[in-house]
Amino acid sequence: MPKSARRRQLEQAMLLPLDWIEERTGLVGGVKYFLFRNVPHDVNWMQTLGAATLTAFLVQATTGVFLAMYYKPDPENAYSSIQNITHDVTLGWLVRGMHKWGASVFIILMFLHMFRVFLFGAYKYPRELNWIVGVLLLVLGMLEGFTGYLLPWDQTAYWATAVGINLNATGPFVGPFLGDFLQGGSQIGPDTIARFYSLHMLLIPGGIIALIGLHLYLVVRLGVTSPPWSKTAAGRLPEAAGGGGGQEGLIRAPRTESEQAE
Amino acid sequence: MSSHDDKPHVPAPSLWPIGFAVGVVCLLVGFVVSWWGVAIGAGLVLLFGFLWAYDLTRGMREPAHAPVPGTATVEVADEGAPAHAAEVPTYSRSVFLELGTLGLGGVITGLVTLPVLGFSVLPAFEHHKHEAVDLGPITNFPQGEFVVSTYLEDPAQGEVTRRTAFIRNNGLVPVAAKQEPSFTIIYSRCAHLGCPVQPGGVLGKEKSFTNAEKHPVTLIPVAGLTGFGCPCHGGQYDTEGNRVAGPPVRSLDRYAYSVVNGNLVLGTLYSVGHVEGTGSSAKIRRFTSASPGVHVDGWERWLYPIPVPGR
Repeated sequence: MPKSARRRQLEQAMLLPLDWIEERTGLVGGVKYFLFRNVPHDVNWMQTLGAATLTAFLVQATTGVFLAMYYKPDPENAYSSIQNITHDVTLGWLVRGMHKWGASVFIILMFLHMFRVFLFGAYKYPRELNWIVGVLLLVLGMLEGFTGYLLPWDQTAYWATAVGINLNATGPFVGPFLGDFLQGGSQIGPDTIARFYSLHMLLIPGGIIALIGLHLYLVVRLGVTSPPWSKTAAGRLPEAAGGGGGQEGLIRAPRTESEQAE
Repeated sequence: MSSHDDKPHVPAPSLWPIGFAVGVVCLLVGFVVSWWGVAIGAGLVLLFGFLWAYDLTRGMREPAHAPVPGTATVEVADEGAPAHAAEVPTYSRSVFLELGTLGLGGVITGLVTLPVLGFSVLPAFEHHKHEAVDLGPITNFPQGEFVVSTYLEDPAQGEVTRRTAFIRNNGLVPVAAKQEPSFTIIYSRCAHLGCPVQPGGVLGKEKSFTNAEKHPVTLIPVAGLTGFGCPCHGGQYDTEGNRVAGPPVRSLDRYAYSVVNGNLVLGTLYSVGHVEGTGSSAKIRRFTSASPGVHVDGWERWLYPIPVPGR
């Protein structure tokens, strides 16, 4: 249906701010390039697990930032500040609950995503480095779990962390050094909780954000794999079909006429 | 740009990785079962690892017979011109600027990161001044019975520095023609992974006071103590702190002590291999204080060859 002149005028007026930004930054095109990529025609719902993991991380980051406004990372006040968040601060129970349960969701989704990548063979050439980046993300995610577990500063938190630190300290050669670094001395003391808090909310999340950026860059650059049961042969886009886009060899050929007829 | 090559980008199939994997499995199983498993596994890993690497790098070791495609374009710049025409060594301003930027950037990065790294890592390995803690007159400790003694190591820092020692008065023993009091002082931190071991016995009446240096102290006598048990993973110890069951790798740590003006004063902690004998006649193998779970004797001590500073 052809658009009326009035409608075209209206659309142009609405898009004016976007055009203004696009002309000066190119960001609109960038976002479009990121969101509207070519993907195989037979992608699977399993391939949304990575995006789900990203969402879980964003929930952790958002709730964590606001929990930090009420939390006090020292041995005398940590436990009571958690009680205050849970029982007194408006909606504190909800935000803390989201952070606490979301932590498990994040870890579980990371593993599910990893299983999907493994079972689909999506770690193979040319995506080996993205698997390695993903493993680093998994390690950092579990470090988040380890450092965050101490922060409620109750009996479970304290002794589980004591066991976790000493477990690290039993590692050969460097283990005892790692243990003393983590607890900031030869025993768990007043500095331990502050250093775990700093690792938990600054150092490790910074690393995770940087690695997620790299992970996504590689996903965009290398394209999405099709499922192992796909009938379309993997291979490079023929020259005649256009090629180009810096993605030769990474995207499956477009469906042939006979396939489309199916 | 040769983008028409359809060959798969995988190395030729090889069986060495399978041998390598078998070696790794053997090694890991060996760590659990016995040292000879480790030895065989390590041998397999080294052998197949070498063969694998040898296989993979064969292409690099053999001289290339054919000219590499792609280099040809450089040579046909001009017909009849000498091939070395393009090779003029220069040290241009841009190279100088590049190296200068990298070098200066490196120096600035180092100036910022090294102090920060030192600040975050080194304090954990400094020798903390260990304050001796006075637990009051030795008459607080009835002969032959254990007393659960808890105190704040650093009252300014509060409950996080509360430590617990199990103290038994072994009575007077002759030392160099004099009668000296003897104590067995066991630290409550489990030698498995650091949970607090609990005394098995009947707790008596609690006695609390604050000593001259403002350390709050609590003493609880235990009647008929049979040993110590850890609630976390079930480590069990006898009354000398020797392991009798469960996962701990050594005996419970102990305190050095002194008797000053008739008061019992706790000194530094040390780790213990095995204790032979009991009470004042016990033979104690003494080591520098180690983390729970770290072996101080046996062949496993070679897993921790570098002493940790600050202990």
